[in-house]
Amino acid sequence: MGIAAQHISKQFGGFVALDDVDLDVPSGELTALLGPSGGGKSTLLRIIGGLEEADTGSVVIDGTDSTGVPAQRRNVGFVFQHYAAFKHLSVFRNVAFGLEIRKRPKAEIRARVTELLELVHLDQFADRLPSQLSGGQRQRMALARALAVEPKVLLLDEPFGALDAQVRKELRDWLRRLHDEVHVTTVFVTHDQEEALEVSDSLVVINHGRIEQVGSPNELYDNPRNEFVMSFLGPVTQLNGAMVRPHDIEILTADALGSVEATVTRIQRIGFEVRAELQGGASQPWVQLTRGQAEALDLDVGSVVWLRPASHASTLLPVG
Amino acid sequence: MPSQLVRSRKARWSLRYLAIAYVAVLVVVPVGMVFGRAINQGGQAFVDAMTSPDSLHAFQLTAIVAGSAVVINTVFGIVVALLLARYRFPGKRLLNVIIDLPISVSPIVVGLALILVFGFRTGWFGPTLRNAGFQVIFATPGMILATSFVALPLVVRELLPVLQETGLDQEQAARSLGATALQRFRRITVPTIKWALAYGVVLSIARCIGEFGAVRVVSGNVTGKTQTVTLLVDQHAEQFEGGAYQLSVVLILFAALCIVLISFIRPAGARR
Amino acid sequence: MSQTIAEPVPGRAARRARSSEESRLGAVSGAGLGVAVLWLSLLVLLPLAAVVAKGTGSGWAGFANALTDRRAFDAIKLTVLASLGVSLVNAVMGTVIAWVLVRDDFPGKRLLEIMIDIPFALPTIVAGLVLLTLYGPGSPIGPNWYGTRQGILVALLFVTLPFVVRTVEPVLLALETDVEEAAASLGASPFATFRRIVLPAITPAVLSGAALAFGRAMGEYGSVVLISGQIEYKTEVAPLYIYKQIQDDALAEAAATATVLLIISLLVIASLSALQSWAARRA
Repeated sequence: MGIAAQHISKQFGGFVALDDVDLDVPSGELTALLGPSGGGKSTLLRIIGGLEEADTGSVVIDGTDSTGVPAQRRNVGFVFQHYAAFKHLSVFRNVAFGLEIRKRPKAEIRARVTELLELVHLDQFADRLPSQLSGGQRQRMALARALAVEPKVLLLDEPFGALDAQVRKELRDWLRRLHDEVHVTTVFVTHDQEEALEVSDSLVVINHGRIEQVGSPNELYDNPRNEFVMSFLGPVTQLNGAMVRPHDIEILTADALGSVEATVTRIQRIGFEVRAELQGGASQPWVQLTRGQAEALDLDVGSVVWLRPASHASTLLPVG
Repeated sequence: MPSQLVRSRKARWSLRYLAIAYVAVLVVVPVGMVFGRAINQGGQAFVDAMTSPDSLHAFQLTAIVAGSAVVINTVFGIVVALLLARYRFPGKRLLNVIIDLPISVSPIVVGLALILVFGFRTGWFGPTLRNAGFQVIFATPGMILATSFVALPLVVRELLPVLQETGLDQEQAARSLGATALQRFRRITVPTIKWALAYGVVLSIARCIGEFGAVRVVSGNVTGKTQTVTLLVDQHAEQFEGGAYQLSVVLILFAALCIVLISFIRPAGARR
Repeated sequence: MSQTIAEPVPGRAARRARSSEESRLGAVSGAGLGVAVLWLSLLVLLPLAAVVAKGTGSGWAGFANALTDRRAFDAIKLTVLASLGVSLVNAVMGTVIAWVLVRDDFPGKRLLEIMIDIPFALPTIVAGLVLLTLYGPGSPIGPNWYGTRQGILVALLFVTLPFVVRTVEPVLLALETDVEEAAASLGASPFATFRRIVLPAITPAVLSGAALAFGRAMGEYGSVVLISGQIEYKTEVAPLYIYKQIQDDALAEAAATATVLLIISLLVIASLSALQSWAARRA
């Protein structure tokens, strides 16, 4: 069940967007496709939704082979980055669109749309035109529209990409809670690692048309398979030639086994957080501490300290 | 919006009255005089001019010719605009250029060109068509062709920018919601382009009703047979017969109606 | 010490987005293209090719002969000169009118705006009759330009009036008045502001409008047919000459002159597209 895409390849002209990709999305989960722009994640989503045709490979949705099935018969819900609101239709008619296409009885449509508009908190905006809504409201309308047809899977292509930071954060929480209520198999594309880590049950990191790693957010954050995944999911610094997260470095006041001597070159306070830049041997690591830790260590520019990765830290030796 | 550029009242007024005077001398006064002449000749002359058999036939023929050409160009315009906006194919840029060609060709050259291809004595296809019992030149089909030719780009040019600006998002959303190609066209595309389409159709109607040169060449200009309203105006004027001013007033009023319609459609389209 | 997140590649993403916007032809769209191209060929391309074939049918010498015929030559010369003249006049007057419509305000401006469109919407033969009424025999105010070149010029000025106005208007609208104010605040006189700030901005639009007007004037028939009197060597513009040749069944001569008009049309189209890319580069 869920979604199984196998051996998917896609080229645009000479540009390889996807290179023999296999993806399994478990039923009922919320999966994020994460990666830089142009890495192929949106193309993969569009292929699953039938909006793009793969050069090779197969897509199985909910146990049915959907390869070659046109988008209008896949019964997937798709949400677009720029909302794709039907500008000439009211909010109500937008949400009702898929049901009208399916020629459902009027009463059923009215009931279902009303229910969905309540779910996305747009019940008092039913008669407005999309142009009279804010970006966040439009995207909620688009979500209700996609959910109205009771899709087998819900696909979201950078759904919060066009919204400002505050609304983004709200909608993120809201999507998570919505998914916990509706439990439809959901795939969403994002290039924002914080968003992916916060919202998803499982994460698929895609770059240069290939899947770099698949796993739960914690797995990927703690045990990245390679340099790219590690640096894409969070801040990274170098200590003694190894890659390590700046909050996973211990600062010691005395030499200890496996530690490196370093001198503090700069201290920067950002709210509760303190960032210390150091010069240690051949590398210039930076360390992330809380204010309390920094005060306890009595750190100052010129202080000589010893650094070592914390015992739980994941480190990675860069290749090449 | 007052401008800094022309601050002195004298300079601004002289520009304003220069513009008004130029348009008055070139457009307003002559058009007004045609109305004046038509009114001077009285109501009976007007009724006669409208109800003479030649006029009635000309009105009918104009309706058929312009109506057919507008329908053909509207269908063609929608198809070509959709192709240019949404598909890639070899020769696309060339097609885009050729679409505009008819606007810059003299109507007389259009008529000549159609005679050289469809003329029943010497045209490339003429003899074949004649043997099949089909007359194009000196008949209604040729007049429809000539009228379609001169108005060809008007619908395409209004639709294309709207389609390009709208993009494919809404179409794809409708697709993912289960709409077939026909349903998408009716429920998404048509509402999106309707104002631009209305604009292009009104422009085409005005242009098709008013076509004169190309139709004159291919029609043979036979009174009561292949004579449209514009051809009849010409005949009345050249033969110093009555009716030219009265028919002109009708055509001017129709043109004015088109302009007014357009001035309503334009802001309605821009609001979307 | 920024996070080492891989930079997005907007260029590539944009390219991908564009290429996926336009799709390949399917069965229906392919059939649509086929029918459209067939119709275009039958209606436009083949007939125009027939004109060129007929015009140059007796070889280059025949083409040259048909044109060195004094009547044909005079007709073409008159058409070109008259078209150049009216394009020039309407380039200036069109700019003035556009400026007045955009930057001035007075009662009746809306009416002026509508009047500009009259020449576009009016059937050309009606335009001819309209002008003959004021500038022909029996004119209540004076000049009888029937059968004169002035008559030709007035008719061509009338039909080409809207072109420059309608190309310059949107550019002037887009040109914020604050640029003019900035120039004025820097000490530029009104004339200097116009020459250094406004004129460079609207030049491509003025030229485009003038080229459109020129192309229209070169082919104009309906509005000149009445007022010109159709006098050979004097008021016979090229379209009138071609029409006469068609009436006399001299199709080769008609086609030779028509070919010259077609070549000029193509030159106008080429210069328009050059002007457009020039304007686009500066925008």
